[in-house]
Amino acid sequence: MTALVPLLVAIPLIVAALLVAAAQRIHPLAANVTAAAVAATVTVLAVLLIFRTSHAPIDYWFGGWHPRHGIAIGIAFHVEPLGAGVAAATGALATAALLFSLEYFAEHVQPYFHALMLIFLAAMIGFSLSGDLFNMFVFFELMSIIGFGLTGYRIERRSVLQGALNFGVTNTIAAFLIMFGIGLLYGRTGALNLQQIGETLRHRQPDGLVVVAFTVLAVGFLVKAGAFPFHFWLSDAYAVAPIPVCVLFSGVMSDLGLHGLARVYWDAFSGTLGGHDEAVKGVLLVVGCLSALVGAGMAFLQASLKRMMAFVTIAHIGAGLIGIALLSARGLAGATVYMVADGLVRGALFLAVGVIMYGLGNPNELRVFGRGRGMPVAAIVLLVGAVTTAAVPPFGPFVGRTLISQSAPGIVTAVLVVSGALGAAALLRASARIFLGLGDRRDPLLVAPPTGEDEDEGEERPIGLGLLLRLPAILLLAAGLGLAFAPGLADRAVQHAAQVENAHAVALHTLRAAKPPPLPSLSQHVTTASVAYGVLSGVLALGLAAFGLYRRRLRLPGGRFAAPLLAGAKAVHDGVPGEYVAWLTFGAAAIGAALALLIR
Amino acid sequence: MSRRVRIRGFLVSALVLAALLGWGFAGLPDFGHFAGEYAQLLNRVATGERHATNVVTSIVFDYRGVDTMGEEFILFAAVITVGMLLRETRDEGRRAPRDEVRSDAIRLFGVSMVGATVLLGLSIVAHGTITPGGGFQGGVVCASGLALVYAAGSYRAYRAAGPYEFLELGESTGAGGYVAIGLAGLAAGSALLANVLPLGTAGELNSAGTITMLNAGVGLEVSAALVLLFHEFLEEVEHR
Amino acid sequence: MSYLPYALAGWLFMIGLYGIVTSRHLVHLVVCLSVMQSSTYVFFLAVGYREGASAPIFKDYPLGKPAVDPVVQALTLTDIVVSVTVTALLLALVIEIWKRAGTVDPDELRQKQR
Repeated sequence: MTALVPLLVAIPLIVAALLVAAAQRIHPLAANVTAAAVAATVTVLAVLLIFRTSHAPIDYWFGGWHPRHGIAIGIAFHVEPLGAGVAAATGALATAALLFSLEYFAEHVQPYFHALMLIFLAAMIGFSLSGDLFNMFVFFELMSIIGFGLTGYRIERRSVLQGALNFGVTNTIAAFLIMFGIGLLYGRTGALNLQQIGETLRHRQPDGLVVVAFTVLAVGFLVKAGAFPFHFWLSDAYAVAPIPVCVLFSGVMSDLGLHGLARVYWDAFSGTLGGHDEAVKGVLLVVGCLSALVGAGMAFLQASLKRMMAFVTIAHIGAGLIGIALLSARGLAGATVYMVADGLVRGALFLAVGVIMYGLGNPNELRVFGRGRGMPVAAIVLLVGAVTTAAVPPFGPFVGRTLISQSAPGIVTAVLVVSGALGAAALLRASARIFLGLGDRRDPLLVAPPTGEDEDEGEERPIGLGLLLRLPAILLLAAGLGLAFAPGLADRAVQHAAQVENAHAVALHTLRAAKPPPLPSLSQHVTTASVAYGVLSGVLALGLAAFGLYRRRLRLPGGRFAAPLLAGAKAVHDGVPGEYVAWLTFGAAAIGAALALLIR
Repeated sequence: MSRRVRIRGFLVSALVLAALLGWGFAGLPDFGHFAGEYAQLLNRVATGERHATNVVTSIVFDYRGVDTMGEEFILFAAVITVGMLLRETRDEGRRAPRDEVRSDAIRLFGVSMVGATVLLGLSIVAHGTITPGGGFQGGVVCASGLALVYAAGSYRAYRAAGPYEFLELGESTGAGGYVAIGLAGLAAGSALLANVLPLGTAGELNSAGTITMLNAGVGLEVSAALVLLFHEFLEEVEHR
Repeated sequence: MSYLPYALAGWLFMIGLYGIVTSRHLVHLVVCLSVMQSSTYVFFLAVGYREGASAPIFKDYPLGKPAVDPVVQALTLTDIVVSVTVTALLLALVIEIWKRAGTVDPDELRQKQR
């Protein structure tokens, strides 16, 4: 059974190589179906691994190189239920995206695209399972390269290139920061295996090297995740990448940044930074809250559904980061469940936007005002999905967010409620305009995307039965919502999170074949307060959406003050690579300085 | 944000970042006195265990073989992506063939060097387990040998040396072959990328089991990938 | 003296970063990224260096005598390959930008958002 672990990565890679070798001879649809089948297989294997690791994590040593005297000489995949869950979600999203592209792209893409999607899948799974710091970096780079390559695909417009270029430049600098972190840790510990690094650093007072190593590694992963102030590239890139690629970006790739951060913190740094966890918590909480608020705020200002979804992703990354920042079992479990469930829902939302783009030619709520009346499936997915992104009970994202808010201080819960509501409101408002024809037809406060960005297909195409356009969205939405009904999900998630956080026991199990870390028996209860917050979030979303639709009729005062502020916010997100890098430097310096001052 | 504001803000952040990096570097062991356990262990045992005198190669293809698999696919994916991006908007019609090298001296010298360079590259690949070298290094030298055909000859000759399909097949064989060899390790009952072939004697060409095969696979992939890369960019020049 | 190689790595990183932020030509920007890449190679190799030791190749060098760190060399090798591919991909994007937008000045790529 452990032999399945490498197959999760090896099978997509080898099939991708075969697809490229046969690219000139094989029909694109055949390639697409093959790719979808591989993705589905990988999903099933990942789900099997979730159950197989429910008692003890599996360490798969590549090349058969087992550790000697506690020194890891090979590379291991450290598989435990939380990571396997993320891998399974990746597989599910990839399968849905590939099925969708059967009809969305039909024969217009060559097998190269499908091969790249498979390699992308393998990279994301490898990243989520790897237990070796440099190996994580290799998969990180593989993800990034394919990411900005695919973002620039279907290049017909200027803005597409900017998105890809900004993605490339910022993520590459993030990779350099990660390299410095790896080098610093290697210089101190002589090890690359996460558990071994953790053991070597354990119980020592953190000095400059440890603090700086954590800073650069954290910043590197936060750039990938798209947290504030590293999020600028994300809105540009997601807004212009093709829909099937966006599904993977939003549903999983950004979340992997957070997953990487959590892994690295718990396995490598918790032993040494544990005594200063208030400092780490504080800094990460600030970043998380800012990401949530900025993301949600900017989402509400967008008129293009794609850009809106990009900012909603940023807001939700902020929420996930808050969960991880709490540095507790509940927080980590909540963040993982939230990322998985919400990721599936976001994937479904992107697919619904894809249906709109296919059928109406444009995802801008002001431009296709009222023309979506004949698209019930897309409407339902968008409306239901939008409401659930406000983490309304009893569905999937609610379970995750509850776990987070139950261990968070009050003001943080308020941030979660408001940001969730704002993001959902934006989506609801857009759906109301497109599908129901409600609200004002014009709104000058909204950002119109730069000319040329959204004229994707341009023409309206008849969808007909469109099974493959709609079914994947429905399935993903059902999976995301239905996760809440998996028996004992919250309990088991918290148990496994606690297991992960018992880093010393995990390390002994990995490096010296000791007993696996114990599974504490904890049970989670949903308090009435959390249900109230969830409902409040939903109601707030509806209210804000209505406000957005009819704002101009209300003739509220203060419009003159709001306009320049909002104009400033929009101007900052303007696409010049040098500026994004300047923000990156600022963010890195700020986080590093804060940690340096607090950890003394 | 105006350019001046951006640069001034950046300089402040950069100073802070530089100070942080310096503080972090100060915690490193003195230059020249590194004593990592992992490294010392491998230096002691690698040659004995893997019959490869080049410890770095044994790490790249055996102890940390999965990293190399990922890296190979990075190269593979990047070359495909560059091809996809550039071919989409290439105007296939216009050609500006100004690529003929007219000096006979250069052509003679270049042509004679091509063979030597490719041979050198192949030698570097083959001796990867024994002396400094390996699949990546040798593959790059082979690819530059072929690039010499362009630099000292003509673009048409360069294209004749490697048509697209042939190169893509080479790339795929290299990348896919790597995974296939790894899977063979799995099938033999051990882990993925386990070295399951007879190890031979250290210092001889045919030693170190699967390391040599993986090495060759990577050499093939890297040369094909780089020739394809030059191809794509040169096509841009030719179709201006 | 003993921190000079690390200082070099840090300097390369910062100067490359400065170049990117102030760049007026996209190809220059990509080359600045290459400079930053080199800083990581220098850093890794500097971390692994051992004084008085030779290369970790034991063909004519007796086993057991000190050698430098082979692991960082393997890491640097991987790093170089990754950097090559990133540079190639970004240059391809630069070509496309030039073809479509007619400019390679990053500041001119500012999106106009109403």
